[in-house]
Amino acid sequence: MSEALKVLGEHIQAGQPTAVTGWTVTQGELTVTIHRDQVEDVITWLRDEPACKFTTLVDICGVDYPQRAERFEVVYHLLSMHQNHRVRVKLSTDEENPVASIHHVYPVADWFEREAFDMYGIVFSGHPDLRRLLTDYGFEGYPLRKDFPLTGYVEVRWDEEQKRVVYEPVELVQEYRDFDFMSPWEGAKYVIPGDEKAEG
Amino acid sequence: MAADDMTQSGERKFTLNFGPQHPAAHGVLRLVLELDGEVVERVDPHIGLLHRGTEKLLEHKTYLQGIGYFDRLDYVAPMNQEHAFCMAAERLAGITVPKRGQYVRVLYCEIGRILNHLLNVTTQAMDVGALTPPLWGFEEREKLMVFYERASGSRMHAHYFRPGGVHQDLPPKLVEDIRAWCDQFPEKLDDIDSLLTENRIFKQRNVDIGVVTKEDVLAWGFSGVMVRGSGLAWDLRRAQPYEVYDELEFNIPVGKHGDCYDRYLCRMEEMRESVKIMIQCCDWLMKEENAGEVLATDSKFSPPRRAEMKRSMEALIQHFKLYTEGVHVEAGEVYAAVEAPKGEFGVYLIADGSNKPYRVKIRAPGFPHLAAMDFMSRGHMLADVSAIIGSLDVVFGEIDR
Repeated sequence: MSEALKVLGEHIQAGQPTAVTGWTVTQGELTVTIHRDQVEDVITWLRDEPACKFTTLVDICGVDYPQRAERFEVVYHLLSMHQNHRVRVKLSTDEENPVASIHHVYPVADWFEREAFDMYGIVFSGHPDLRRLLTDYGFEGYPLRKDFPLTGYVEVRWDEEQKRVVYEPVELVQEYRDFDFMSPWEGAKYVIPGDEKAEG
Repeated sequence: MAADDMTQSGERKFTLNFGPQHPAAHGVLRLVLELDGEVVERVDPHIGLLHRGTEKLLEHKTYLQGIGYFDRLDYVAPMNQEHAFCMAAERLAGITVPKRGQYVRVLYCEIGRILNHLLNVTTQAMDVGALTPPLWGFEEREKLMVFYERASGSRMHAHYFRPGGVHQDLPPKLVEDIRAWCDQFPEKLDDIDSLLTENRIFKQRNVDIGVVTKEDVLAWGFSGVMVRGSGLAWDLRRAQPYEVYDELEFNIPVGKHGDCYDRYLCRMEEMRESVKIMIQCCDWLMKEENAGEVLATDSKFSPPRRAEMKRSMEALIQHFKLYTEGVHVEAGEVYAAVEAPKGEFGVYLIADGSNKPYRVKIRAPGFPHLAAMDFMSRGHMLADVSAIIGSLDVVFGEIDR
């Protein structure tokens, strides 16, 4: 299985030499990284090339790595029902740089891109209708970014006097507990509260 | 003449809000329908009314705690979802599931498939005007939920599949009861069949409604029954087999026309095939030589058995560590997909070597199906919209996540 994927990886590299920056086979899955500006060409090529025939777009999703210079990764999962294989295509972007929409290659990309925009704020250029999809009407912020708090910023309740739903800042009786499972033998990478006293 | 005047002045056009609370919406779906008289011109589904931020929550929970969220996605067939997540974690951590564990998983996945199809087939019939099928179907669903409860302690939110297998072995009596259920179920299915398959009204409402061609199937990223109803024999259980599906005998029903009626027929036939698989699993599980572990015994990933924990200090420490800190999964990424009753349910898991996932993307089968709602409903009558939603088999737990 992975031998066949290696052959496929080389084939994609050879077919799209300017776009593909690298490919790997891990866990029996082929991952191809490409340049952001050539996404339309690569995806169309992958769909139409007889040896690839990735005619189904399974998924598009964003991933956030705040420490990187280009913080977002956009990951496309493609499936070929004809050849019975899959490929994962990756590219990176940030808040400003748009990624070309592929809704005209696969119409289903419309919603997947709207979701990635909604969750991460990744902009897709050429998208016909880039509205929010899953979050509330009038929602602000991008909930799946790593710097967005798990609890969010606002909470809703029904106001009996105004006879409508009102939005208020989140109030927690207790802080959300995010436990640290650091092993005491491995040593912390930050100062544990109280340690500074030892320094005098 | 008055009607003609209205056509010309465009007064027949209006916008209709369907939902968010509508019995035919199968959950909280708001459709903004643009109509020309009774003909649908555009559908704009507004989803996300059940959005709970599952993917965000999973980034803050250990792998074991995360399983519970998967029950709540497609709450009609909970264990099929758990399965995808467990498989993703297993592949990254390199855990192998014992044979018996795999058979128990397959057995419960097929129970999940029947749970789902029973609900879908019968409520879709209700959407087009038949009231009896859901009453008959839900009786059988209730029995299956009892099997869920007897295995996991919970009717719906089972939390039964774990990375490495399943939590507990099935009691022998339970396997016997499931086997006995399999014998009587096809008869019940025939009853529902006799109510619907040749029913004139049911056919009028479903035949040639919501037709999807093979090209549409590919372009819109469909999976599951939505693919098979259009004549493509694509099933992950057969095409990319996981667990013990390659050792079991079953057929893949395929439709011809890709309309709502063919999808209904596919679902009915799939239930019969699921029963066949369940019988094979039960027979295998009942054989004495097949007794054994249902959960991987590698103490790095799976907790020690209760009895051992009471005697051994190390086992107690292991148990404590695994239930507080949890499993550390090696850094990497993996996409694990299962053939859930609604289609391809995938989990794209990125691990960073800690005890929590870095990112989990849930690929719900209903999401692309609902995205195609606009193109499927165009030109149909308003009344067909509810028939199409029903045959798409949408559940908002998984679409909104």
